[in-house]
Amino acid sequence: MEELFAKTEIHKPENIVYKRTDLLVDRPLSYCPGCGHGTAHRMLMEVIEEMDIQDKTIGVSPVGCSVLAYDFLDIDMIGAAHGRAPALATAIKRMWPNHFVFTYQGDGDLAAIGTAETIHACNRGENITIIFINNGIYGMTGGQMAPTTLPGMRSSTSPYGRDVPTMGHPLKITELIAHLPGVYYVTRQAVHTPNHVRKTKKAMRKAFELQKENKGLCFIEIVSNCNSGWKMTPVQSNKWMEDNMFPFYQLGDIKIDGKLVEKKVTVE
Amino acid sequence: MAKIKGDIVINTDRCKGCEVCLAACPFTVIAMSKEVNSKGYHFAMKVNDECTGCTNCALVCPDGVITVYRAKVATE
Repeated sequence: MEELFAKTEIHKPENIVYKRTDLLVDRPLSYCPGCGHGTAHRMLMEVIEEMDIQDKTIGVSPVGCSVLAYDFLDIDMIGAAHGRAPALATAIKRMWPNHFVFTYQGDGDLAAIGTAETIHACNRGENITIIFINNGIYGMTGGQMAPTTLPGMRSSTSPYGRDVPTMGHPLKITELIAHLPGVYYVTRQAVHTPNHVRKTKKAMRKAFELQKENKGLCFIEIVSNCNSGWKMTPVQSNKWMEDNMFPFYQLGDIKIDGKLVEKKVTVE
Repeated sequence: MAKIKGDIVINTDRCKGCEVCLAACPFTVIAMSKEVNSKGYHFAMKVNDECTGCTNCALVCPDGVITVYRAKVATE
């Protein structure tokens, strides 16, 4: 009885401290259970809601798991050809310089087929925001090896683990583009714990604020899990990510205000 | 004396049972149900009244199914 009383007292609209933002379309996300894409989508939409820029934000969706992002994000979206999202975003931003333009890309899209577009858009210093979800695998097509796959990591095309002499080294595209002068803000975050989610949201907010000031390209990498591609449960995959991905892809800011940051380890 | 009370409401039909919220909750308020929802997932549910409305579970939920309430409740 006491519990019932407490609940009716608490369940009032003015007592809501957190709810799914209305800028996410009210339909189930197509992602696997525990996938970081959902959290990244929600943080992005929360930032857009807080800045009140829904009507002048244009997103470019990639090819990959998040190709259907335009089904979930209640803003103007364009689907780009595989890897060409930064080129398309460049065109949109030059047509409408007062709009906020971002691309949302996975590692197969941004770091493999779209490497040239990514590097040249970054080098030109376009005033766009790139959100890069890195899970070290091609998730949508069945977990094949991506450029970002870790050495020794198993995937469906490297069943004995990535062998560096024959398959090459993993590509740290974020560090690579951080050295380009056109890039203003580069950071690497994660979305698997509340603390990391808050930091990611702050980074996204900062990136959009900087885009408003026409400072240059802002690049946010989000290290995420792919539990179905890695063949683990969501909780196991988050643990595996902490143990294996974070030592290689170290979290934290890489470039702030156009200046490279000294390497700091922020793994918890 | 006033006390901060929290409560969560889980949209069980949208929950995919990934269990990420279980690890995020500091008071083990959430547990997985034995039943399944319409999609066949064991959904998350609230099992005790320790909730303080810290929003940790809602932040990490990939599908955003958790709504968090927080209020000052008068107690004796």
